[in-house]
Amino acid sequence: MSYTKILLVIFVMALCTYLPRMLPLALFRKQIRNRYISSLLCYLPYGILAAMVFPDIFGSTASLISGIAGTAVALILAYHKKGLLPVAVSACITVFITERILELTGML
Amino acid sequence: MAITAPDNEKAGAAGRHPSAGHRGTALFRIYAIINKQFSSEALFVMLTFRKGLKDGIPIALGYISVSFAFGMLAVEKGLPLWSPILLSITNFTGTGQFAGIDLISANAGLPEVIFTLLVINIRYMLMSLSLSQKLVRTMPVWQRMVLAFGNTDEIFGVCIRQSEPLPMRYMMGIILCSYSGWNAGTVLGVLASSALPSMVRAALGITLYAMFIAIIVPPARDSKPIMKVILFSVLLSCLFAYVPLISSLGSGWRITICGVISAGLAAWLFPLDIKDSGDEQEAAG
Repeated sequence: MSYTKILLVIFVMALCTYLPRMLPLALFRKQIRNRYISSLLCYLPYGILAAMVFPDIFGSTASLISGIAGTAVALILAYHKKGLLPVAVSACITVFITERILELTGML
Repeated sequence: MAITAPDNEKAGAAGRHPSAGHRGTALFRIYAIINKQFSSEALFVMLTFRKGLKDGIPIALGYISVSFAFGMLAVEKGLPLWSPILLSITNFTGTGQFAGIDLISANAGLPEVIFTLLVINIRYMLMSLSLSQKLVRTMPVWQRMVLAFGNTDEIFGVCIRQSEPLPMRYMMGIILCSYSGWNAGTVLGVLASSALPSMVRAALGITLYAMFIAIIVPPARDSKPIMKVILFSVLLSCLFAYVPLISSLGSGWRITICGVISAGLAAWLFPLDIKDSGDEQEAAG
């Protein structure tokens, strides 16, 4: 690809990312009074984030086993209302340790 | 505190002069009103620029690892060094950028680029719609248009945790912090194509997912409807990911469809009472 075409593609990509983010924010300024819609918007973040995490989280590491171990630790700590950083760091450390153990046992 | 101090003096003087006492209680009332106003404003004051920066730190850390991988991958795919950096500066999105370097290296046409990016980014419309209900009502359109650029999955996720209306300064703090991490990671990834050992990178891959879990699980513990939304969405999402025919659907569609179906069902089965603010608290109660 030529440099000019790469520049053009990057520009088009930026537009395709910015417009979906900008339009609803600029257009919906009033509070939505409809009970169904406002309930939907309240539940929506949880539905979206949940679908974003599962099942992708299991494939985010070097092995399925370490992915499951990291997920389990994150779920337990989050259930006990630990903060974002402690949960994220603990999950990373769990994955790291699990993968080293898997390496030693020849499973990775 | 400085406001309540003279108030006590007036109360002390009230015992000696009945007339002064009346003035004292009147002043006391005014002070109480002022104090009350201050304390209700204090709720907003909590969401400062600094608080935004602080809340952005875990996001920035997660971003550095992801955009580091992005920068490295782009170089490995043979893209010119400036292009992943420019992509991160102008796009500020994860999935879209990874798809973008695939498209560029495959010499894809513009229609394909547009279609792919719109499918991946359709979820942002829902998130922005949801975020539009969380912002300070009086925020002017130009400010909304500025912060729309920074409405990433992660920033959105952290924002919905706040129970108060979000002011511009807080949004700027969290966006600037995360944006710096995203671009720093990209530059580092481009420069040092293998500075981080692969075993450390593999462990960092789970960071942002774990952060999302920390966002959605605590409210689910307190609210059964939210718990049901999450469980149903996870079930649907796994179905979409593993069942042969429908698994060919891209992750953008999958996330959007699962989010809309699970939240739509919940809104129908467990509608919330409308309040002027703090829908989240209503759901948590």
